[in-house]
Amino acid sequence: MSAEAAAPARVSTAARFSPVWLAERMQGAVLHVVVISLTVAWMVPAVGLFVSSFRPFTAINSSGWWAALSPPFSFTLDNYVQVLQKGSLAHSIFNSFMISIPATIIPVTVAAFAAYAFSWMKFPGRNWIFLALVGLLAVPLQLSFVPVLKAYVSIGLTPANWGFVGVWLAHTGYGLPFSIYLLANFFRALPSDLFESAEIDGAGTLTVFFRIVLPLSVPALASLIIFQFLWIWNDLLVALIYVGGTENVAPMTVTLANLTNSLGQGYNLLTAAAFLSMIVPLVVFLSLQRYFVRGILAGSVKG
Amino acid sequence: MDVFGLLAQDVPTLVFVIVAVPAVLAAYIVGGEYVVRLLPDRRRGSVRPWIWVGPALIFVTAFLVAPAIGTVIQSVENHEGALVGLVNYQRQLGDFPTGGAWVAIRNNLLWLVLYTLFVLFFGLLLAVLFDRVPYEQVVKSMVFLPMAISSVALGVIWKFMYWYQAGDVPQTGTLNFIVVNWFHQAPKTWITDLNVNNYALIAAGIWGITGFSMVILSAALKGIPGELLEAARVDGAGEITIFRRVIFPLMMPTVVVVGTTLVIFALKAFDIVYVMTAGNFGTDVLANRMYKLLYQSDNPGGASAVAIVLLIAVIPVLIFNLRQFRAVESRR
Repeated sequence: MSAEAAAPARVSTAARFSPVWLAERMQGAVLHVVVISLTVAWMVPAVGLFVSSFRPFTAINSSGWWAALSPPFSFTLDNYVQVLQKGSLAHSIFNSFMISIPATIIPVTVAAFAAYAFSWMKFPGRNWIFLALVGLLAVPLQLSFVPVLKAYVSIGLTPANWGFVGVWLAHTGYGLPFSIYLLANFFRALPSDLFESAEIDGAGTLTVFFRIVLPLSVPALASLIIFQFLWIWNDLLVALIYVGGTENVAPMTVTLANLTNSLGQGYNLLTAAAFLSMIVPLVVFLSLQRYFVRGILAGSVKG
Repeated sequence: MDVFGLLAQDVPTLVFVIVAVPAVLAAYIVGGEYVVRLLPDRRRGSVRPWIWVGPALIFVTAFLVAPAIGTVIQSVENHEGALVGLVNYQRQLGDFPTGGAWVAIRNNLLWLVLYTLFVLFFGLLLAVLFDRVPYEQVVKSMVFLPMAISSVALGVIWKFMYWYQAGDVPQTGTLNFIVVNWFHQAPKTWITDLNVNNYALIAAGIWGITGFSMVILSAALKGIPGELLEAARVDGAGEITIFRRVIFPLMMPTVVVVGTTLVIFALKAFDIVYVMTAGNFGTDVLANRMYKLLYQSDNPGGASAVAIVLLIAVIPVLIFNLRQFRAVESRR
């Protein structure tokens, strides 16, 4: 071994015992401890409820969820079985799908049409209308409830007559400003050569829209669909206003909120009900997290 | 258990809706284009945009613009629809500081300040810390997870966190267990105790939304060029100085955008309050008050007045957003 090779080794041995090295190592270790303990602390509320949902009623009532993590173990599916047997919850899962799927499809499609016009067609007032939509992003939905509700009642567009049509239309109106904003930002960024060459080839507006714009915008569309779907699945307020709490029409969130307020003694069932309500959004979120995050970034950073 | 009955009845409807709704929309646009093609050449260009943008404008007008005007009108009417001037506002804003809507306004201000600041603080802190560990994606997902669940489920989660057992029995709520066993204090009724319950609700809200600010701020952090940080390190700046003098100023625009979004969320706060206290025990907020006035008191005039108060609170943010938008547009 040559002297040249030995010299750096000696330097590093010296460095190993220097206070600077110790400080750096400590920083690294402290960083990991801080990061992991923060994350664990962040998980505690959800994990606590999750563990509780598999505990028998008597156990929930007499000890905290952490007691279940040490022997003797006693886990059960009773809470889930019981809450599903109540019927209202099983039905409300269907209601949530019935509300969320059309209330996602309609605004995203209508917004895609509009965003195409806003980005690649010329019409009077285009910029002003778009500016108005940006303004509407911040307007509280509360501002529209009373008149829309009155109009629904007077034309008979109630859940009893028309099922979920009223709430689909309302969600469409409420979701459009954000949807158009997000899609128009994306459509506008598509290269204009594409449109020019398509026009030269004699492609019509429909062909350009369905064959060029939509396929190229799959990432933006995916983000928007996930966003809108989760927003509606998790929505409580709009559902309370236009659908109400009647068992055969109430979505998951409304049923869960009703259970929260009515189950004085049966609060063990609430744990199971809460987790059942999370399954769909968690599956959507975990499988499509990339698009979800991209949607959030597109919606806020560029604003 | 009639799950199979439900399946037989609901699934065909669901399938029908999934097929029929897009079919109607596709038929509209194809039909619209067909009509446009029947027009003489020079008219096509002026008609076509309205076919495409028309449905959106109708929806937005019918569900946002027109109702907003209707709410303004209703806020000066009584239950029978007669003009009563500012009576509704007087009832909501009359007895300062505890009557009418004042408790809700106070709580909304509390939400606005604490929720916004803490979410920004935690979001920034977590973004900076997580940026330095190799398992960043995993920990970020964990913190981000509450974003996917509904605020109703979030309310249930925190109801259990804040659970209080009366009498001399072991506490089963996580927080009270910590208070009793780690800090040797008396357990608190977090949800009904007027001194702490608003903070308890806001904390639940912060927990739910921090992932949102963390993700955006983290993206902004990664957008800062590495050479800049290297240069600062070479110049002998410590990590804290670098954060204060380089990272934070560069992230400021993003912090402001996230902050304005959070302000809107705070003003619209509803679900958590509705689920955890229904606005009782001095925790009311404007959105919940409006819902109660509309459904429990059958007072659309009062509800409209509260909605207008909410709108007025949002207007500064709205103007800010418009300015921001125009600034971005002019740079395009």
